[in-house]
Amino acid sequence: MNELDAFRAETRAWLEANCPASMRTPMPSDEMVWGGSTVQFNSEDQRLWFERMREKGWFCPDWPTEYGGAGLDVRRQAILDQEMRRLHCRPPQINLGIWMLGPVLLEYASEEQKQRFLPPMARGEVRWCQGFSEPNAGSDLASLRTSAVLDGDHYVINGTKIWTSYGNKSDWMYALVRTGPMVPKQQGISLIVLDMHSPGVSVSPIDLISGKSSFCQVFFDNVRVPADQLIGEVNDGWKLGKALLQHERRAMSRFSESALPTHFDLDEYLTRCLPSPEGAAELALQQRAIRCLMDEECYSLGNRRMVDAVSARQDVSGLMAISKLVHTEQERDKFELLLELLGNAALGWDGDGFAARDLELTNSWLMSFAQTIAGGSSEVQLNVIAKRVLGLPDAK
Amino acid sequence: MSLIYNEDQQQLLDSARDYLAARSPVSAQRALRDQGVAQGFDSGVWQGMVELGWSAVAFAEEQGGLDFGFAGYAPIFEQIGQHLSAAPLLSSVVLCGSLIEQLASAEQQQALLPQLISGAQRYALALDEHDRHQPDKCTLQAVAEGDGYRLDGSKCWVADGVEADGWLVVARLPDGLRGVFVVPAGTAGVSVAPRRMIDARNMAALSLQQVELPAEALLNSGDTEAALERALDRGRACLAAELLGICDRLLDTTVEYLKTRVQFDAPIGSFQALQHRAARLYVQQQLARNAVMAAFEALDREQGDIAERRRLVALAKWKANQAAQLISNEAVQMHGGIGVTDELDIGLYLKRVRVAQAQLGRSDLMAARYAAQRLAR
Ligand SMILES: Cc1cc2nc3c(=O)[nH]c(=O)nc-3n(C[C@H](O)[C@H](O)[C@H](O)COP(=O)(O)OP(=O)(O)OC[C@H]3O[C@@H](n4cnc5c(N)ncnc54)[C@H](O)[C@@H]3O)c2cc1C
Repeated sequence: MNELDAFRAETRAWLEANCPASMRTPMPSDEMVWGGSTVQFNSEDQRLWFERMREKGWFCPDWPTEYGGAGLDVRRQAILDQEMRRLHCRPPQINLGIWMLGPVLLEYASEEQKQRFLPPMARGEVRWCQGFSEPNAGSDLASLRTSAVLDGDHYVINGTKIWTSYGNKSDWMYALVRTGPMVPKQQGISLIVLDMHSPGVSVSPIDLISGKSSFCQVFFDNVRVPADQLIGEVNDGWKLGKALLQHERRAMSRFSESALPTHFDLDEYLTRCLPSPEGAAELALQQRAIRCLMDEECYSLGNRRMVDAVSARQDVSGLMAISKLVHTEQERDKFELLLELLGNAALGWDGDGFAARDLELTNSWLMSFAQTIAGGSSEVQLNVIAKRVLGLPDAK
Repeated sequence: MSLIYNEDQQQLLDSARDYLAARSPVSAQRALRDQGVAQGFDSGVWQGMVELGWSAVAFAEEQGGLDFGFAGYAPIFEQIGQHLSAAPLLSSVVLCGSLIEQLASAEQQQALLPQLISGAQRYALALDEHDRHQPDKCTLQAVAEGDGYRLDGSKCWVADGVEADGWLVVARLPDGLRGVFVVPAGTAGVSVAPRRMIDARNMAALSLQQVELPAEALLNSGDTEAALERALDRGRACLAAELLGICDRLLDTTVEYLKTRVQFDAPIGSFQALQHRAARLYVQQQLARNAVMAAFEALDREQGDIAERRRLVALAKWKANQAAQLISNEAVQMHGGIGVTDELDIGLYLKRVRVAQAQLGRSDLMAARYAAQRLAR
């Protein structure tokens, strides 16, 4: 047995022994565990699973051990992923800090900042939110205006951020702020991290088409942030922000792993709702669904190809660039099909007469629109592919 | 085996690229077409491929093969697609070779395989009887007569059937099952009619009238249905790889054109409407590559799960068909007027794409095959 097979066997055995049975079932959205200072568990199993994974360093398996990770290489990380998926293990926690900010800190932060921010993140003790977008800076993120002005050993922050997911429940925010107002727009931006409980921070939630939501607008009124919480060089935040968005796209392109509440298995609905299609309409619907399944498999094979390519040190920027676009658009298509398969049962809003899981599906369908906008809209992804991958020229 | 080429495959790819660029550029294919060469390929180029070992790649060493594994055909067919090179590699080696390998007795193998591998002879598979590939439909009758058989019926769309040294003919046996017969060229009662196709390759209709064959003409040392399926799946994967190579070439050519063609004082590639369409072509090409690589990986696991092979090969042919349809159409459109001229190679690719899409299974058949596997779970 080679080392990878041995690792697979060990991992499998550990998961079998340590992942409680109730953590191997589909996860309703109210059973997601969010890491953070106020982490809450609905059940003893949730707590056990969280603590066991934390002790393994498997909240962030690829990080170096000195910052709380498990130091796994790409292959081993992929194996852990596969084995968790095979057993339908739920993610032990959801944590934007680990997915997005962590990798950027690892690459760009000072040693002191790494020591300070990474280990608590790796233990799931801090809940992070992302303060990038502003009312007038969405796709054109670089036109952001929230300002950070140095005053002694503090920055003073004024302005507003919008679409801040879970802004109302987070402990800390990583934000892009304008530190150099007189220079071309990309050059005057810095990345800063701040405590959401600082005086002057206020948060108000926004309702979405899917109903009450976790999206907020955040206002800063003379918020004082210690200067040593600026990450990387001053005015060099655009580079860090772009790196961070790449990690966000990667996280988003995984956002339907079978254990997540947003995951609805089209195969399963197809065999349940159309067991033996009759007539032209049902046949046509089945045909469409099959094509959707086929495209989905083509996409997920790409994730495997990416792991193989990374291990062989090949350039995967092309594959990375397409994955968020493809995944979010395929998900949206899939939800449209699920809606048709379920018929009116999928069109309920709330109350009696609708299965909870179907209401959840309707909600996820509405959220699927958000996914093709968040983290860089599909159009922006296409711009990126056209310019960076295909090398097409800029408009005059 | 993984979803990227290993060193050996990469070497095959490089050598195929060098060889085809030197000996079989698109201009050579165009010349074959213009001269109306009935065989549709250049025997010299084919012999060169044989010398490079392409006809031996997947066969076992004791049969005179290189024992490389079937995955060696992915890079080769990709390059064949890129250069639009016609050769009887698919018809004679992949399809007929696979059937002989699986169904022939030791003696029959001895008589046939070395000839195929050395390129001394080439065979073509006579399977289809309908205008759309419907592999399971077969009415051509084999009637037992004396020690042998008498074949009556006809076959259409026999790829590389013109001037072949023989055909493997699929026929309905007296017991209702199907059998594969070796029918050498010159056998009394066989007539061949060429069909001139848009891709100018070799295609034939075959008529068999009271064709008397000895008992040893039947290849029956294995499970015919399983062998046919496997051979066809191998062929489908090769066609998918060829289509993928064509997609790559058409996309490169088109992106290059978008960068250089100036209209309204700007390269047309600076227009976002075209940028987004080009980006979507890239997406489809990448998805097709994922599926093609996975199909070859599945085919190469000889002991692999048959259901998985079926599913992944159907996925690859389907996706390559879809991607090639979109990319070939868009390549023409984005080239504007010049795109519909014969002077440009794009039209040659477009025409080859349509034939390769249809060969061994259009998208609908592939989707149905895929569904049969996936929904059966
Ligand atoms: C569910 C959700 C969660 C989010 N979470 C966060 C978060 O936690 N933190 C955060 O900072 N932000 C978050 N965002 C914000 C998100 O990043 C922005 O919504 C996104 O970048 C788009 O910006 P916009 O909404 O201002 O749209 P706009 O930029 O105004 O775009 C409007 C339309 O124009 C198109 N468009 C814009 N520019 C171009 C162009 N150059 N070429 C072609 N088309 C173009 C867009 O594609 C879109 O269709 C979230 C958004 C959503 C929907």
